[in-house]
Amino acid sequence: MNWGSATEFFHMGGYGFYVWGSYGVTLLLMLTEPLLARRRHSQAMQDAARSAESNEVDA
Amino acid sequence: MPGPTAANPTAPAPRLRAFTFAAPSRFYALTGWLVPLCWVAALGLTAVGLYMGFFVAPTDATQGDVYRIIFIHVPAAWMSMLLYLVMAFWAGIGWAFNARLASMVARSIAPTGALFTFLALWTGALWGKPTWGVYWAWDARMTTELILLFLYLGYIALVNAIDDTRRADQAGALLALVGSINVPIIYFSVKWWNTLHQGATISVTAAPKMASTMLTAMLLMTLAFWAYAFAVVFMRTRAQILERDAHAGWVAELAREKIRP
Amino acid sequence: MNSVFVCVLLRDLKLASRRRIDALLPLAFFLVALSLFPLGVGPEPQTLRQIAPGIVWVCALLASMLSVGSLFAGDLADGSLEQMLLAPSSAIAVASAKCAAHWLLTGLPLIVATPLAGLAFNMSGPAVAALLFSLVLGTPILSLLGGLGAALTLGLRSGGMLLILIVLPLATPALIFGAGAVVTVEAGMSASGHFSLLGALLIVTTLGAPLATAAALRISTE
Repeated sequence: MNWGSATEFFHMGGYGFYVWGSYGVTLLLMLTEPLLARRRHSQAMQDAARSAESNEVDA
Repeated sequence: MPGPTAANPTAPAPRLRAFTFAAPSRFYALTGWLVPLCWVAALGLTAVGLYMGFFVAPTDATQGDVYRIIFIHVPAAWMSMLLYLVMAFWAGIGWAFNARLASMVARSIAPTGALFTFLALWTGALWGKPTWGVYWAWDARMTTELILLFLYLGYIALVNAIDDTRRADQAGALLALVGSINVPIIYFSVKWWNTLHQGATISVTAAPKMASTMLTAMLLMTLAFWAYAFAVVFMRTRAQILERDAHAGWVAELAREKIRP
Repeated sequence: MNSVFVCVLLRDLKLASRRRIDALLPLAFFLVALSLFPLGVGPEPQTLRQIAPGIVWVCALLASMLSVGSLFAGDLADGSLEQMLLAPSSAIAVASAKCAAHWLLTGLPLIVATPLAGLAFNMSGPAVAALLFSLVLGTPILSLLGGLGAALTLGLRSGGMLLILIVLPLATPALIFGAGAVVTVEAGMSASGHFSLLGALLIVTTLGAPLATAAALRISTE
């Protein structure tokens, strides 16, 4: 184990800002990206359903 | 056409062949269960990798604990370069064989590649400040990453600017292939430039002498990023399939099922 | 194929001669952009001498990129581009000829104007000579790469900026070797390494870019 306590862990030997600044932004972006992809997918699904409906009506 | 059809519902399913999954419908079905698997892999590998990186790997003698940024910096940089080549490869396949799915995959890779490039630059800056005193120092590797980011942005901008999907796919493929050929040239020229203008060629983000635990953690994180990339790229490709093939029979059926079960 | 090349080249030159003001715009831009830097940075001769190679090269790069956007646009608009691309082999000749014409009309005037830049930035004789030679090798590279960018972005609304975004990363090696050569000469050393690399880059680009540009023209016009 490297850390005596949780405080030590967050302090990162004085480099907390840099380490958590890196990991924080990484986590943020790697959560946002899949969320955006999922939203794009559900939007596409809805659009496809809508055009399928309108085709039904036309047919 | 082999397999069950409306006319012959009991026809045997075709054997798996190399290009079987080149059909968007099959790819969509396959990735339906593949994507969650990739997420599980990504999360699992991250958990193990970061555990090793933070709780097993020792504190570095020279750099202290700030070196632990390496566990995302290096994997992100590796992925950024790998993804560009993979993107160019699939775009090329799509162009050469008129395989739309390959082109879709290429277009799905670009934003993720750009993301990793940005992360490499961001983490590099935050690593550089405490270690070398500056957030940005125009060293060879970081400058090449910056140019790689511009290459990604150029590709994304080009394919988005062209309305005709086929022309966009092909133009993107050409640009990505030209870019791939240029990346080694660019890297070489930037290294040359760097040695010219700065006496010492110490990279701003030189890795500390690697204990084996550090290396293992780094490799695990690279695999984790790879699994993540698969997941997100497949998700985006699935969305593109629905967008492009909205009028196909199987999409209409699927959509109707999903929206009105 | 040679006759297609010559024909297209002469045609472009003749068209340019009918619109001489337009043809001189890149040169005017080059000179104006160059003059901005002393105004922004201050007239200190030592500073100017130091930044001159990079500045001249960047301004040449920008002047090239801004003027190459319309390389194929005129011919696309009046239908002559399609005519020129009818024969399967002629796309490469058309691409090469267009880039050659662009160099003659943009690159060459820039090279001729470079001694003025040397004067404005207080450069030494050998440095100006090195700068001239680097531009002689480098501006054709810029025209060739610009041609590729123009073919890819043919007819697009966002054309100009998009072209610059696409082409600039590809042009960075030329910029590095070209400007670096002058810096090396100013430091009193030989720039033969730089010039060799720049020359090699020119050869590779001359062999490869017209092929890629031809493919891009086909993609953009089909």
